[in-house]
Amino acid sequence: MFFIILAVGVSDVFASNPEVPVTEPVQYAWWFWPLILLVLSFILGILAVVEGVGGGVLYVPIVSGFLPFHLDFVRGAGLIVALAGALAAGPGLLRRGMADLRLAIPIALIASTSAIVGAMIGLALPPNIIQTLLGTTILGIVVIMIKAKKSEFPEVPKPDALSQSLRIMGVYHEPTIDKDVKWQVHRTPMALILFIFIGMIAGMFGLGAGWANVPVLNLVMGAPIKISVATSKFLLSITDTSAAWIYLNNGAVLPLMVVPSVIGIMLGSMVGVRILAVTKPKVIRILVIAVLGVAGLKSLLTGLGIG
Amino acid sequence: MAPQISEEQLLYANVLDKGMKLGLIGLVITFAVYAFGIFEHKIPIDQIQNYWNLDGGVTEYLDKTDIHAGWAWLGNLGYSDMLNFLPIAFLSLVTVICYLAIIPWLIRKKDITYVMFAIIEIIVLIFAASGILGSGGH
Repeated sequence: MFFIILAVGVSDVFASNPEVPVTEPVQYAWWFWPLILLVLSFILGILAVVEGVGGGVLYVPIVSGFLPFHLDFVRGAGLIVALAGALAAGPGLLRRGMADLRLAIPIALIASTSAIVGAMIGLALPPNIIQTLLGTTILGIVVIMIKAKKSEFPEVPKPDALSQSLRIMGVYHEPTIDKDVKWQVHRTPMALILFIFIGMIAGMFGLGAGWANVPVLNLVMGAPIKISVATSKFLLSITDTSAAWIYLNNGAVLPLMVVPSVIGIMLGSMVGVRILAVTKPKVIRILVIAVLGVAGLKSLLTGLGIG
Repeated sequence: MAPQISEEQLLYANVLDKGMKLGLIGLVITFAVYAFGIFEHKIPIDQIQNYWNLDGGVTEYLDKTDIHAGWAWLGNLGYSDMLNFLPIAFLSLVTVICYLAIIPWLIRKKDITYVMFAIIEIIVLIFAASGILGSGGH
């Protein structure tokens, strides 16, 4: 069955493509905007680590709001950027037991399937509608970030039947208290329904879904905050893969945008881990909320034809 | 109770680590080939900026450049810009490789539910990768 699916998809490999003639005047040197993307993604990579969000939720509204790229390409790049960050973080998080594979796998299946649907809808809708919805969603994320409480060790008196049957539970070492913490989850069916919507939004807007995964894992299912953040980051490597392919197959991925962005966010993430230790989280949090707020508003106004 | 990390989780992490690093190295190499113009460009590198902000978005871009979407880039690997899709596609397939790696372990443990989850996930990701679900843009 795999080979039939691949054969159908790969059949257009042999279509002929004549070279594009050089006719249009250019405004900037070819490296100008990729360099801007590299620097911007580097900064976003730092902020993303410190704030605990994926790169996409910062990348898409900021790049689409302030840089001269069409939203189609920004979303394609945003998903690849979020995917790259998740792929880079995944191994370490899994090895430390901070991300949990048994917790992630069923959620990933739900979210990745709905992300495909979201991506298809997103590419079919007119850009002004997407910009308006994106702006509204980003402003909603800002509200969530302002209001969301984070529970370090939620109380889960009894796991639900579904999580028990799937054996979703574990133990991880918490270095701040130098103790091994046993955890289990509840409200799994409710959470899985929420992940359907989260996956769709991620696919539609080219965002990672970390901003929504963490509250659902932590506040709905009751996973400890570090397990929630780590598993969310790992989850993105699966969820974003499915949506990224939709954009890739629709031609909405430009290497001149994507590669500098991916390299920037990877380098920024590495630096962000070091900066995290010495920076006051409150300062970074205010900065991220402010930047997202401005980007979300710009997106909304652009979509409404006002900005 | 000491932290217990399952064998399949460690295996997934190891395969993910290798795949991710290979993909990133590939990305840097192919972009260098592109930036230095070692092979011919399908779209001249200084012309890209005329295409990434068209009102019609990706639909207009594909139409003006006569580039076919889907897996058509595989037939254009002789062009340095199209070559970049190789590591991008590889990174987008690493997750499938990881799932394939853990299935034998899950079968050995008779964890049929998670074997089914893994198989269905692979099908979903392959389906997304195949290009069958293209929406055609707006």
